[in-house]
Amino acid sequence: MTTFLGMPAPRGVGHLRGDESFPAAAKKALGNDQLRRNLNHATTTIRGKSGRVIAELPDWEQLRLAGSAIKADTMARLPELIEELESRVTAAGGVVHWAADANEANTIVTDLVRATGSPRVIKIKSMATQEIGLNEALEEAGIQPVETDLAELIVQLGKDQPSHILVPAIHRNRTEIRDIFLREMPGVDPALTDDPPVLAAAARRYLRETFLSTSVAVSGANFGIAETGTLAVVESEGNGRMCLTLPDTLITVMGIEKVLPTWRDLEVFLQLLPRSSTGERMNPYTSMWTGVVPGDGPQNFHLVLLDNGRTKVLADEVGRQALHCIRCSACLNVCPVYERTGGHAYGSVYPGPIGAILSPQLTGVEDNASLPYASSLCGACFDACPVRIDIPAILVHLRNQAPHPRSERVAMAAAAYTMDHPRLYEAAQHAAKLSRYAGKRLPPPLSGWTASRDLPEPPAETFRDWWEDR
Amino acid sequence: MRIALFVTCLADTMFPQAAKATVLLLERLGHEVVFPPGQTCCGQMHINTGYQQQALPLIQRHVKTFQPYDVVVAPSGSCVGSVRHQHAMVASAAGDERLALRATAVAERTYELSELLIDVLKIEDVGAYFPHRVTYHPTCHSLRVLRVGDKPLRLLRNVRGIDLVELPAAEQCCGFGGTFALKNADTSTAMLADKMGHVLETGASVCTAGDASCLMHIGGGLSRLESGVRTLHLAEILAATS
Repeated sequence: MTTFLGMPAPRGVGHLRGDESFPAAAKKALGNDQLRRNLNHATTTIRGKSGRVIAELPDWEQLRLAGSAIKADTMARLPELIEELESRVTAAGGVVHWAADANEANTIVTDLVRATGSPRVIKIKSMATQEIGLNEALEEAGIQPVETDLAELIVQLGKDQPSHILVPAIHRNRTEIRDIFLREMPGVDPALTDDPPVLAAAARRYLRETFLSTSVAVSGANFGIAETGTLAVVESEGNGRMCLTLPDTLITVMGIEKVLPTWRDLEVFLQLLPRSSTGERMNPYTSMWTGVVPGDGPQNFHLVLLDNGRTKVLADEVGRQALHCIRCSACLNVCPVYERTGGHAYGSVYPGPIGAILSPQLTGVEDNASLPYASSLCGACFDACPVRIDIPAILVHLRNQAPHPRSERVAMAAAAYTMDHPRLYEAAQHAAKLSRYAGKRLPPPLSGWTASRDLPEPPAETFRDWWEDR
Repeated sequence: MRIALFVTCLADTMFPQAAKATVLLLERLGHEVVFPPGQTCCGQMHINTGYQQQALPLIQRHVKTFQPYDVVVAPSGSCVGSVRHQHAMVASAAGDERLALRATAVAERTYELSELLIDVLKIEDVGAYFPHRVTYHPTCHSLRVLRVGDKPLRLLRNVRGIDLVELPAAEQCCGFGGTFALKNADTSTAMLADKMGHVLETGASVCTAGDASCLMHIGGGLSRLESGVRTLHLAEILAATS
């Protein structure tokens, strides 16, 4: 049997590629002290909460193994499972659409909204729709998308990009949020303070009006159950529940990797996800729906199944583990690189360690060549991942596929040749002693080292010289 | 016991005192140390920078060099990590299953220093004397690749005269990461700054670890700050006597 090799996510649409390389973007972020304080505070808090509730479960490691095994099984038979999901959703009164990439998905959703005549859609926080740039596509078509997740609303009103999978406005503090609300929120009280309950109440007033006056909602999905045709969204605020129940029409954009074989599999993932992501035993709202129920909830349901590079990832036997991700963002919260650079430096809606392996695979590694290197390979992400994605191993795998600068290729080939010839190696060791005369600042690329670190004083004799002489 | 020393290219070239200490410590404990000729580098830098093809001859060389020995020790969690978790993987990816099998066999007999002492030689008190305030940085690859746990600390707690102080946020990466320190020098430096801050908080005069590479990075930073705190490999403390 031949494996179908998918196409990368297309250029010029969506948010998977940054404008600059990771090191360049990171340098800017590192200069922002406020950002680093916000991030340090937020990630430290979530790490602590998550660690405490995970420690309560004696079978956490078994749950991780189960999650990993269910996802591996799902990926091994993804085609049949998404077809099963399609037939179940259709049988339950939904309409299933297949979108090969971001452009197709945006067109499908835009046409569906247009057909309803609604000038506006309410949106549930969704990574898939951020990935494909759906908001921009809707705006271009004259349709107003309104984000209803509080943090996504802050990002949208601030004409900003999300910087964290779960806490998209993690880079903003409450003073900044008050300023954004005062500037951008229709009908906001000009006496607004930066007290968090006051800010939340302002958002609530604005969103309630929008919920009650909008007939179309767009969501993503955390899980899609092939066996039953059920879609699931987990959230904290209840705004998702409003979107899923109030409008006449519901359009769900789901990455094809979100499918799970059976209803019972939720037992594993509904334990893994909240404890890893928000540090809660159970998320406050879990909404599930199966097609259309006459007289109850949306009467028109559309499911858009999105590829956008996913089958390309699936074709890579090592890299496909990235598709196991349940978007909990635990890897972001433990990553020493993310904690210092923030999410924008990754240039993609998927930041942090998972972004460093997912974005380059969705776009083709040549379009995100610096991301696999945006890690010290410290391994904290693997330990935190609830489905045991071996992120460091995939980073190393992708580095082997990434285009390398010519000068580096030459240097690495020379180093390998030297290391494979002990006489040359010994000569190079003795030459290394000359670094004694190199001074404190070296030219590029070694200037990266000497900008902040002294070089070690080279020893009078190497170990093997000492060994020879003893 | 006859123990083959895998010195690692970094210790061999830049930090021979860590390798010498490993030899002297094991000899003091009554073991025979041999230094297999022909060894150079395990290839980790090439593998982690995306040059698996170039690493392949280095893996072949490493496997051939250490295949004849029953027990191999290296004063590095990171290099042992590469031998244990990368050599067979890279060989398999290149389609060389035979090399992968041989690499696995060598990996199974290769130990990081604290693993060798505690798991193989069954010794926690090596009879060392080191009357200084010391803090221990558990390097990422010792901790999360090899899972050495508290083995280095158990060895350090038995050192006479030592004032061992806990390093805050010890499990956070120091920011070295091999070529990461060059490719992402600014982020690496930001991580280093926090690590150095924690080291200085302890008031220790020595920061120790099981990897010369991380110590080169932390020590380079501490030296630039003219902090007066020095870095010493775990083997150097364990080899010290009165």
